[in-house]
Amino acid sequence: MADVSPSTIDAASMAGPRGTKPKNRLSRRNIFLYGTLILISVYYLLPLYVMVVTSLKGMPEIRMGNIFSPPVEVTFEPWVKAWSEACTGLNCDGLSRGFGNSVRILIPSVALSITIASINGYALANWRFKGSEVFFTILIIGAFVPYQTMLYPIVILLREIGLMGSVWGLVLVHSVFGMPILTLLFRNYFTAMPEELFKAARVDGAGFWGIYFRIMLPMSVPIFVVAMILQVTGIWNDFLFGVIYTKPATYPMTVQLNNIVNSVQGVKEYNVNMAATLLTGLVPLVIYFISGKLFVRGIAAGAVKG
Amino acid sequence: MNIPKPSVQIRDLDLHFGEVKVLQGLNLDVDEGEFLVLLGSSGCGKSTLLNCIAGLLDITDGQIFIQGENVTWKEPSERGIGMVFQSYALYPQMTVEGNLSFGLKNARVAKDEIKRRVARAAEVLQIEPLLKRKPGALSGGQRQRVAIGRALVRDVDVFLFDEPLSNLDAKLRADLRVELKRLHQQLKNTMIYVTHDQVEAMTLADRIAIMKGGKIMQLGTPDEIYNRPQNRYVADFIGSPSMNFLEGNLENAEFSTGDLKLPMAGYNFVNGGASNGETTIGIRPEHVVTGELVGRASVQTNVKVNLVEPMGSDTLVYADLAGDQIRIRMDGHSQVRTGDTLPIGIDAQRASLFDKKSETRL
Repeated sequence: MADVSPSTIDAASMAGPRGTKPKNRLSRRNIFLYGTLILISVYYLLPLYVMVVTSLKGMPEIRMGNIFSPPVEVTFEPWVKAWSEACTGLNCDGLSRGFGNSVRILIPSVALSITIASINGYALANWRFKGSEVFFTILIIGAFVPYQTMLYPIVILLREIGLMGSVWGLVLVHSVFGMPILTLLFRNYFTAMPEELFKAARVDGAGFWGIYFRIMLPMSVPIFVVAMILQVTGIWNDFLFGVIYTKPATYPMTVQLNNIVNSVQGVKEYNVNMAATLLTGLVPLVIYFISGKLFVRGIAAGAVKG
Repeated sequence: MNIPKPSVQIRDLDLHFGEVKVLQGLNLDVDEGEFLVLLGSSGCGKSTLLNCIAGLLDITDGQIFIQGENVTWKEPSERGIGMVFQSYALYPQMTVEGNLSFGLKNARVAKDEIKRRVARAAEVLQIEPLLKRKPGALSGGQRQRVAIGRALVRDVDVFLFDEPLSNLDAKLRADLRVELKRLHQQLKNTMIYVTHDQVEAMTLADRIAIMKGGKIMQLGTPDEIYNRPQNRYVADFIGSPSMNFLEGNLENAEFSTGDLKLPMAGYNFVNGGASNGETTIGIRPEHVVTGELVGRASVQTNVKVNLVEPMGSDTLVYADLAGDQIRIRMDGHSQVRTGDTLPIGIDAQRASLFDKKSETRL
């Protein structure tokens, strides 16, 4: 364990490298890495750029055909029109009606599905009962059944219980279809929590609901955020269920957007279409920006440890 | 003389997980105020047994009594037990005070009573300055103290400890071990303590139950367990370095293996007299004496040293005896080297004899 004294090192070595190794910013590795990243970002952002630019142009300018050029004269007219004047069928009150419908569908669906799925997951993770694994397996199989096979049976079901065409019918459908994947998410998250915590709470006299509300809930905010994002984007972007299980008065925003964009009569108002599409996509986008960090954390915690 | 009342009684306890029989026909009585340690290697069922006593596992058959009351079907919180876990299991979102009072709030204890009990537990465990902190801001030792406090505030009859010191570093473990012993002397509660650490078991226990494969192999005081192990498993499990075993024959109260003959005249046989037949003798490394003590031992012989392990306070010597390798514990100052011939003495009366087939004590 003898120390090497400095005198044994020759002068040339002493003058050599010392401390932090300098980094070459323009190394081949960096150029390749950042080059690829920038290229892919441009590829993904270009359509968005075109949409934003087009939505801010007037129709005469669009007809000139330079889709990449920025607007000469910025106008918000298309946005206003898309929101409150665009026509679908006989209604000419724009997307605002669809937005209202979507919100009225979204909030109860998200709340209901997350509430039930989290309790399901909690029960399956911590209160194993006879046959709970079988129950769980059946639930998971539900995640792999194609939606299309169930469309018509659900029409009959909703008709029989008198919810066909109403917002609540769609809320029910969304909640049921969100159940397998959300339950899996919550179950895995709760399973990964230390079992002794649950035992300690039982010794401390907390019951099923006491442990759920006082111990589990406060510890699982990240997974609730993940579930919320999944549900908000999934339900907001849904088109299929919306167009089938509602009627024109209760169409969600996506269905209405489709009706505006795909109308075959009259002039194609590209600027209005673009504005309408951007407006529809705004809600999931905002949710992502607000909770992005929590989302990543929750996904990592819930999925990997399962 | 007053006979101690039983505090925890377990009658014919069975626990099966599907086909696997984890505990079988287990009986155990723990006296009031006793410190009982359940000791065994992992998978022996000791933690499982503790969880059964706590009511965290539903048992398959049998009965459990606590303070004379049949609690077999009762919820954990209704059994009058407090439990301390290996991972502390503190509620991370609550302060220390919140952790301590959680159980009392669930039991709807009056507010000022909660305050009084939390203050008392904090005083006993010296965690008063930590009451407003969250568990994340505490060290391992402090967390474990809070975990003990959580059992303490509930004024329970029986404390259950599930390897409470395993997650702590060696020094802290030794400190908390002493503190636990002091706490037991102060509170005089019944305590059942699960561990795989034999030092913890020997130092803390009034009685030790050594478990293997869901059964209790021996239940006795640390002295009985160490000096009169009832079977070869217990003899081998307890003691570090472990016991030396030599296979041989017992005839006319003399054990012989190879050219080594050990007269067992002073040996305290379990059923009074000596039996004959194939026998295993167990000799603890410290019962093989060297130096001046050799002259006083009943059997004297010479061995060749194979390996020397200095451990500071002791030196462990590996040597050949009658065709087997034995371990000898010597003083840390001894200057034995590999290859030396070492005169040793064996105190045959302090050895243990086991029937070779049944592995039970003779």
